[in-house]
Amino acid sequence: MDGILYAIAIMALGGVVLGALLGYASTRFKVEGDPLVDKIDSILPQTQCGQCGFPGCRPYAEAIAKDEADINQCPPGGDENIHKLAELLGKEYKPLSEEHGIEKPKQVAIIDEKVCIGCTLCIQACPVDAIIGAAKQMHTIAEDLCTGCELCIPPCPVECIHMVTVVDTPDTWKWQKPGTASRVIPIIPVMATIQSEHA
Amino acid sequence: MKLFSFKGGIKPDPNKTQSTVLPIAQAPLTSRYIVPLHQSVGGTPRPTVQVGERVLKGQRIGEADGWISAAVHAPTSGTVVEIGPHIIPHPSGLATDCVVIEADGRDAWIERTPFDLDQAEPDAVRDYLRDMGIVGLGGAVFPSHVKLSVPRGKQVEQLIINGAECEPFITCDDRLMREQATEVVQGSLLFGRLLNAGKVLIGIEDNKPEAIAALKEAQQQLEAPLEIVTVPTIYPTGGAKELIRVLTGKEVPGSRRSTDFGVQVFNVATVQSAWRAITYGEPLISRIVTISGAVGEARNWSVPIGMPINVLVKLAQPRTDMDGVIMGGPMMGFRIPATAAPVIKATNSLIVHAPGLFPPKPAELPCIRCGSCAQACPQELQPFELYWWSRSAKFEKLENYKLFDCIECGCCDFVCPSHIPLVNYFRFAKSEILAEQREQQIADAARERHEFRQERAEREKREKAERLAKANAARKAEGKDLSAAALSPSPKTAPANDPDAAPDISSHPDQASTPISMDNHPVLDATAKQAAILAATERARLKREKHAGKSRDTTH
Repeated sequence: MDGILYAIAIMALGGVVLGALLGYASTRFKVEGDPLVDKIDSILPQTQCGQCGFPGCRPYAEAIAKDEADINQCPPGGDENIHKLAELLGKEYKPLSEEHGIEKPKQVAIIDEKVCIGCTLCIQACPVDAIIGAAKQMHTIAEDLCTGCELCIPPCPVECIHMVTVVDTPDTWKWQKPGTASRVIPIIPVMATIQSEHA
Repeated sequence: MKLFSFKGGIKPDPNKTQSTVLPIAQAPLTSRYIVPLHQSVGGTPRPTVQVGERVLKGQRIGEADGWISAAVHAPTSGTVVEIGPHIIPHPSGLATDCVVIEADGRDAWIERTPFDLDQAEPDAVRDYLRDMGIVGLGGAVFPSHVKLSVPRGKQVEQLIINGAECEPFITCDDRLMREQATEVVQGSLLFGRLLNAGKVLIGIEDNKPEAIAALKEAQQQLEAPLEIVTVPTIYPTGGAKELIRVLTGKEVPGSRRSTDFGVQVFNVATVQSAWRAITYGEPLISRIVTISGAVGEARNWSVPIGMPINVLVKLAQPRTDMDGVIMGGPMMGFRIPATAAPVIKATNSLIVHAPGLFPPKPAELPCIRCGSCAQACPQELQPFELYWWSRSAKFEKLENYKLFDCIECGCCDFVCPSHIPLVNYFRFAKSEILAEQREQQIADAARERHEFRQERAEREKREKAERLAKANAARKAEGKDLSAAALSPSPKTAPANDPDAAPDISSHPDQASTPISMDNHPVLDATAKQAAILAATERARLKREKHAGKSRDTTH
């Protein structure tokens, strides 16, 4: 009889000790923020263009994490990002949703400085502070900082901003993957062979 | 001296004797020189001349941009006729900004003043070499002054001067050591002094007995405290890491610098040109180029930087069926996209290609994982694994297999029984990974800026609200004390103490009495914006009409 009581006591004690340990660990090693949102956000291209329907990359990442948005709404990220998101989230790949836009090569905005009237509207629109200028002064865009989001184009009252595609330089140029000769294995439809045998 | 060895390596047909018979010849003056601004690793030099300006031989035409960068100079006297994009010898076939100089035929030098080494601070020497455009002439074109600054707390035990020149067909260093042995030895001593090196070693492969003899003679004459070491001829002994291994037994991993292990390596031509820059005040405006392959007269030429390659190659009497030019050697070089491109500081060799010179590479077959490439790899990598992950574009796996330790020497290509262009796969993977890193950096910077902007907007909103609340409180107090105010002027002081209080609000007391933030007021905000846009459009229209009117006036 004593044996059973001992066993119960030991098990109960063990439960209390382990429970306390788990409780301590959950407060001691508490993860701040949502690591999944951070992971999704790090895949997104950070253009902050809002083409996905959310006011920036982070809100879109949050929406994806909550399953409120699909993974194919980011045109600047393109196909590659959809693949990465699909892999991260264990979802099925789907092609870029057309209603959110099309994938384009990387672009930057250029201000035609002769036409600019210095209205500062584009500065207010730029999500990454890449436009330099002041009221009634000519504005210009720091090309290195421009994400190509195109948000500065609609507010411009004089249509002096246009997008140019970024061209490769010898420093940014990439080697092509060596052309691998694909071996063609002829596929003969099964039905055709059966029919020809019968004939 | 005890020598060490590295694993792997190959022994390709050296093909060096063709071009070592004749001495170095001076390339004759030509009419146009195209000098690319970006010739070394690091920042692109900024042009210091303008179109139409007359320049002298050796005049600086592009100044270094940043610490890792080196100046470029005019190779002859003449007039700058263009600064703009020109094709350069680069596998991409892309153009970069070049300074084009129309030669005047006088080849007149700038005033050359020797550099006083004894009076100068170490930093001044490095700045001087940067402004003289001294970069690594072995092919990597890394600015030399950067390599001459040793990290704090580190000591260079062995300075290695690389005269191994292991790649087939290339003999520019061989001829230089034979003909300018004294300058090479003096340059080696100079760098030994600048680095305060414990020991200076010149490593030369044993297939260059004439060069070894010439250097030994120069060393005896100068009584130079350095050691000339003959190393066995195995490709790629001339690779910096391999030569370090052979001479010192030290192994430098790809992620570390050789100075962390007390070793530094320079090419023989680099130390010679640096010595000339210090002793004679001559900037780096020419280099020795081996021309061989399908030519009538294979030899080395002293070529001004900027000379068009097609003009230079013609001097060597190329075969009529030539169909291209390879820059560098057959192992690591590449077919240049256009022979109109100029000779640059990295051009150590030009191999004129014609059908039959090299056997065509048979078609690529599947990898059979025989492991020959791993046995040949001097960096002790596993190329077949690297190939597998490069081919399937699983770039994150390549980190584990140390892709960036690959020096692209081509030993694996050479031994592969399936004729797989392994190095091309590795170059592809490397450039993809680097591009991805660049993109990630850009994205991270954009995220940071966006977050900062949002924070700022939030803060401004908060501050505005606080100011408003303060102003309102002050005004309320003012209203309460109105009866008292008639007696004393003090109530005025409250708003005066707060110069930030929005003036537009105070001018409309009826609006200000209710605490509305401008930001949160959709109607106010929108109408104000609308008005601003309308006004701006109107102004722009007028401006445009004025412009149109003007241009019409001028055209008629």
